[in-house]
Amino acid sequence: METFVFFYFATIIVVTAGLVVALKSPIYSALALLVMFFHVAGLFVTLHAEFLAIIQILVYAGAILVLYLFVVMLLNLKREEHFHSQFIVGLFLGCVLFAEAVLLVLKGETTLGQNIAASAAPIELTRGNTESIGELLYSTYLFPFEVASLILLVAMVGAVILTKKGILEVKS
Amino acid sequence: MDVPVSYYVVLSGIVFSIGLVGVLIRRNIIIILLSVELMLNATNINFVAFSSYLGNLSGQVFVFFALTVAAAEVAVGLAIIIALYRHSESINIDDFRLLKW
Repeated sequence: METFVFFYFATIIVVTAGLVVALKSPIYSALALLVMFFHVAGLFVTLHAEFLAIIQILVYAGAILVLYLFVVMLLNLKREEHFHSQFIVGLFLGCVLFAEAVLLVLKGETTLGQNIAASAAPIELTRGNTESIGELLYSTYLFPFEVASLILLVAMVGAVILTKKGILEVKS
Repeated sequence: MDVPVSYYVVLSGIVFSIGLVGVLIRRNIIIILLSVELMLNATNINFVAFSSYLGNLSGQVFVFFALTVAAAEVAVGLAIIIALYRHSESINIDDFRLLKW
């Protein structure tokens, strides 16, 4: 049953990821990406990461994708731009990278995760997923958490400065 | 837990490769940013799969940070796209080759 669910999610994820790259219109690409985000969230649920599944839908589907759609509609593109002239080279490089990854997984499968699993602390199932992540986030990863807030602040300031008219233009 | 972790790794490899191909072959900058999102999602799948299989929650915390970086990247990237569009009325990547020659 779990294998079936995994293959359902995996198939939809791969197909919609391909559609994101293959479709002509940016709006259709963004909508295919939306379907993919939902299925990645489903995959997270099967992996017992419920909090991340919700966050995935809220942040990716709710915020990031809406931002993309806003920009697509704001720019009002007339011409359709499709594939680059280096289509063959790009496809070839992608295939090479994927073959390399598969080779690494197949060759390294005998040692994949075995030596790490012994030293890792077992997951605490007495508490919820959200509670455990929150405790980890505010104890072990407190400093990266603060840095993440700084990154968001910098991104906010950068976005405002880049889009505001009259700041970057040279006065002449 | 009868799905082996290597299945997740292969799935994530496929999605990452599709994202990489998308960055290389598309000319629309918006699609290129969407492909970067694909690659970030592929790493997220990997993180969560290993976190679940090793019984260690740190992987999920790292997905949280990757999400933060993705949000920041999208905000700045889309701002750059809007600035580029104001500058030259186009978001075709071939039109911006000032640094090339």
